[in-house]
Amino acid sequence: MAVTESSKQAQRKAVMAVLAHSEPSEISDHLNTIALPAHENLREPENGLVMVRGRIGGDGAAFNLGEATVSRAAVRLSTGEVGFGYTLGRDGEKARMIALCDAMVQSQEFAGLVEAKVIAPLRAAISAKRNRKAAEAAATRVDFYTLVRGEG
Amino acid sequence: MYVAVKGGERAIENAHRLLAHERRGDRDVPEVSLSQISEQLSLGVDRVMTEGSLYDRELAALAIKQARGDMIEAIFLVRAFRATLPRFGATEPVDTGAMRVRRRISSTFKDVPGGQILGPTFDYTHRLLDPQLAEGFSPEAPALGEASTAATPRVTDILGRDGLIEPSPVADAGTPVGDLTREPLSFPADRDLRLQNLARADEGFLLALGYSSQRGYGRNHPFAGEIRFGEVEVEFVAEDAGFAVPLGAIAMTECQMVNQFKGSATEAPCFTRGYGLAFGQSERKTMSMALVDRSLHARDLGEEVTAPAQDEEFVMSHSDNVQATGFVEHLKLPHYVDFQSELGLLRKLRKEFSEATEAPPMQEAAE
Repeated sequence: MAVTESSKQAQRKAVMAVLAHSEPSEISDHLNTIALPAHENLREPENGLVMVRGRIGGDGAAFNLGEATVSRAAVRLSTGEVGFGYTLGRDGEKARMIALCDAMVQSQEFAGLVEAKVIAPLRAAISAKRNRKAAEAAATRVDFYTLVRGEG
Repeated sequence: MYVAVKGGERAIENAHRLLAHERRGDRDVPEVSLSQISEQLSLGVDRVMTEGSLYDRELAALAIKQARGDMIEAIFLVRAFRATLPRFGATEPVDTGAMRVRRRISSTFKDVPGGQILGPTFDYTHRLLDPQLAEGFSPEAPALGEASTAATPRVTDILGRDGLIEPSPVADAGTPVGDLTREPLSFPADRDLRLQNLARADEGFLLALGYSSQRGYGRNHPFAGEIRFGEVEVEFVAEDAGFAVPLGAIAMTECQMVNQFKGSATEAPCFTRGYGLAFGQSERKTMSMALVDRSLHARDLGEEVTAPAQDEEFVMSHSDNVQATGFVEHLKLPHYVDFQSELGLLRKLRKEFSEATEAPPMQEAAE
C-alpha cells in the first residue's frame, strides 16, 4: 500500500514537473484537445513568494539565497479528486491548469488521457529543448591535446 | 534632520511627468519591450534579480525599463515589489551538483570529470567593439556537439573525498536558517546570514573587496576551483499537497574558491574554501562573493582580522546598495533647518575667534 502511495506521488510529481517547465500557452493548447471533467477552483490562483535556499559550499547547511515569485492554485473535480498547482512566476492560470492536471492524474478515468494528450507531448518538447541546449554546451567543451615532441 | 516643506506638489508632479517623457526618449525611436530587455540585456536582468533578491525575469526587465537602465534604482524597485506579496515558505535547498550545466570551468583541474565547458562567455573575446552589432546582426546558429551523459561533480566534492579540503558546515536540524529579511543583523553573524547578505550585496562593492584581498589586504591565496552556470530544479514542500512539489527551474551561477591551507596540531592541513551563488549568469558576482566569503571566514579559522574584507560588521553593514543609496541620497532632501542652525553656530564661533585674537574680522564668504 505504502509503495503504491509513493509511486502515485512520484507520478504526480513527474507530471507537475513537466507542466511547471512548460509554457502556459502550450499547456492550454494541449488541454483544449480533451473534454475536461467538471471541476471547481478549491483555491483561487494566488501569487506569492518562496525563499530559494542554497547550501553552504554547495553541499552543506542551508542558507537563504533570495526569493522567487510563485503562483499556486487548487482544483477539485466533481468526482472528488483534489489537485494542486504550483509554478515559478506570476501566471495564476498556469497554476490552475497544473492543479487541474494533477487532479485528473489522480482520476482512474482521466489519468491515461492526460498522460497521452497533454503530458507526453509536453515532455517530448522539453526533452528536445534540453537536448539542444546540452548539444550547444557540448560544442564548447575543451578538448585538450598535448603536442608530442621527440623522434616519432 | 529634515522637515516637511509644503509647496512643492505641483513641481513634483511636473517633474515626474518630465521624467516619464525623458524615459521614453525620442518618440520616433521604437519603444523597448520587456522581452527585448529580458532576452538581449539578460545579464543586466540577472544582476537586478540577484541584488533585488527576487527571481522573476519579467519584473526585473520592467524595473530596468522603469529605472531608465539605472541598475541600483531597478534593484530598489524590485526590493519594494517583493514586500507586496505574501511568502508561502522556503524551498528545499537546491542541488547545484545536479545542475544542467551550460558552462563549467575549473582553473585547478584540466581534466575535471565532466569536462571544461566554456558555454556562452566573454572570456577569450578580444574586447573590440563590433560594428556589425550596430547594424542589426543575425548571428550564426550555435554549433552542436555530442552531449556527454557523464556526471559533472563539483570540484570541491572531489577534493572532499580525499579530505583535502575543509568540509562544508553540516546542517543542524535544531537551528533555523537565518534570514536577514526577517530579523535585523547582529554580530557576530553565522555563515548562513553572511552568505545571504553577500548574495544580495552590490557587485561593485564585493568586486572591490575581493580585489583588495587579492592585493594583500587579508590575503588568502585563492584558486577558482570551479565556476558553473546552468539550470537547477527547485522544489517546495507544499503543505496542502503533502509533499515537495516541483516549481520549475532557476538559472544560477556557482563559484567555489579553493584557498590555502589550514591545519593544526590535531588536524591535518587541508584547503579552505569560499562560496558564491547567485541567480542567472553572474560570474563576476559569484567570484567576488566567494573571495569575500573566504575572507569573512577568518574569524572561524582563527586568522588575524586585519583587513576590511575580513571585517564582517564592516562588510555586511555596507554591502547593500539599496540601504547605501538610501542613506547617501537622502542628503538631497531638504535639510534647511539643520543647515541654518549649523550656519548660526559657525557665525558664533567665528565671532568668538575674532574677538579672542582681537584681529580685525575676516571678510565673510558669500553664502
